[in-house]
Amino acid sequence: METISVRKLTKRYGKLLAVDGISLDIRKGEIFGLLGPNGAGKSTTLLMLSTLLAPTSGSATVNGHDIRTEPAAVRDSIGMVFQDPSSDELLTAYENLKLHALMYDVPLREIDRRIDDALGLVDLRGRKNDQVKKYSGGMRRRMEIARGLLHEPAVLFLDEPTIGLDPQTRKHIWEYIRGLASRREMTIILTTHYMEEADQLCDRVAIIDGGRIVALGAPAELKAGIKGDLVTLTGKALKLSGVQKLPFVQAVERNGGKACIHVTDAAKNLPRLLRVAGAVDSVEVHSPDFDDVFLRYTGKAIRDGDADATEYMRTMARAKK
Amino acid sequence: MSARKIAKGIYALWYREFKVFLRERSRIISSIFLPLLWFVIFGEGIGTIANVGADYNAFIFPGFLAMTIIFSSLFNGAYLVWDRKIDFLKEVLVAPLSRTTTFVGKALGGVTDAMLQACILLVVGIAIGMPFTFFNVPLVLVMLIALAIGLVSLGLIIGSFMESPEGFGLVSSFAVYPLFLLSGALYPLDKLPAWMKVVTHLDPATYAVDGLRSVTIHASSLPFVTDLVIVLAFDVVLIAVGTWAFNRMKL
Ligand SMILES: Nc1ncnc2c1ncn2[C@@H]1O[C@H](COP(=O)(O)OP(=O)(O)OP(=O)(O)O)[C@@H](O)[C@H]1O
Ligand SMILES: [Mg+2]
Repeated sequence: METISVRKLTKRYGKLLAVDGISLDIRKGEIFGLLGPNGAGKSTTLLMLSTLLAPTSGSATVNGHDIRTEPAAVRDSIGMVFQDPSSDELLTAYENLKLHALMYDVPLREIDRRIDDALGLVDLRGRKNDQVKKYSGGMRRRMEIARGLLHEPAVLFLDEPTIGLDPQTRKHIWEYIRGLASRREMTIILTTHYMEEADQLCDRVAIIDGGRIVALGAPAELKAGIKGDLVTLTGKALKLSGVQKLPFVQAVERNGGKACIHVTDAAKNLPRLLRVAGAVDSVEVHSPDFDDVFLRYTGKAIRDGDADATEYMRTMARAKK
Repeated sequence: MSARKIAKGIYALWYREFKVFLRERSRIISSIFLPLLWFVIFGEGIGTIANVGADYNAFIFPGFLAMTIIFSSLFNGAYLVWDRKIDFLKEVLVAPLSRTTTFVGKALGGVTDAMLQACILLVVGIAIGMPFTFFNVPLVLVMLIALAIGLVSLGLIIGSFMESPEGFGLVSSFAVYPLFLLSGALYPLDKLPAWMKVVTHLDPATYAVDGLRSVTIHASSLPFVTDLVIVLAFDVVLIAVGTWAFNRMKL
């Protein structure tokens, strides 16, 4: 029995198809990643699965409950950490978590202990009685993750859980997420911009672009799907039409003055490639990593630097609100 | 859904409203001083020219108790709009609570806020010798609670439709001022033109003010119990509309 089963789930905002008929099955205890560029439809998908947003068409079940006909039963078994801050700044961390525990019917005797454990996990125990408005962005994020875990749901949705966190905290949270999935058999769906997160944390990843799933599989499988090597060329006048015709070239992706060329056996074929490529300024050869998987399926590169830039813009946009 | 879960959900929302209320000192202070300011201006200014057949201060003081309830109850809806803006509403709506539970929890929080403010004003009233006694204070409180329930619901109804705090401010002021000015809080209603009198009958605060006067200065057009029943009837309608509004509310 699948814990989550999604069939042709679709969301339309006026003319825009934000989520375009996606289908998925997620097993119990799995860590499943939705990886995609900005505006791919990741958050929209999670909002529909958590019953906050009605789908335009299609269906899904979470823990065996239909998101359209049994939203209350769905909400009973899930936890959600939203992409944007959703705590009350005037309250302290303790009060935010207590409010959450009460709403989710955590036994009264256990509330204080669980709050303590959860805040300890994200290193906020010492700041428990500070108002959230005195927290930094990363601290607030950690507090909200702790809050999402408090009621130990069967299914946990994490919308970009580690955005804005320093690498050390990020690794810390990953470890905990792994523990939840393996020890408690919690099913976890997270969205992310970070290749590393998708690669190292997730059991399976769906790459989503323009509201559609363009690739789905275990990170290792997806990487293995790109055979051969990658050659990155830079130059102002690259002649890519000739390159494309070469027998050992599988795919060419162009990105401004840069071209990423998938080839078989770069060591042997590189000289022939360079002969037809025109004026080349620099050459780089490497074996595929997760960035290449992403680039291959979406035609877009998100290196971590880019992710940080969008994050920054988002923070600015939020600050203006 | 079990009764325990519902009770905890209501308590959770009440707990939050109450904590936030206690942290917003400026709001508490202004909500007490505004009625006092009006009271002084009206009592000293208009009081000298008004002819209400009784001590004008004692006549208008119940009106200012009602004013506190009207302003702070309706203002509570602004918190709902604010919750939407800061995305806190998502956290509440994704929780396994029914919308009706959410509405009741928020409404109780709002009634508590409004009543705390009214109580402070009431204490001031007792201190300055307004006609409150051991016997009429419980009745005054009951009437104020009844009024607060309906008007907090009205504030939440307006809030559930509004996207921005500015929009809420605009729309709610269209409710607040007529509710206050047509309630008879400041002047007797019997000399009004007929059409305006009809309008005053649609205002729950009219009956609340009338009921408050009936137990304090013993001058009213209806008996206290009748006033109370009418205010409670308004409450029933507004609670029904409020739960409906919450059930249809989108993110
Ligand atoms: N309330 C809305 N009204 C109209 N369009 C919307 C709304 N919410 C999202 N969209 C659009 O739907 C698309 C998908 O948005 P979504 O937030 O799901 O993307 P995402 O994958 O989560 O992106 P990000 O990485 O930036 O968080 C975007 O084009 C967005 O502009
Ligand atoms: Mg998103």
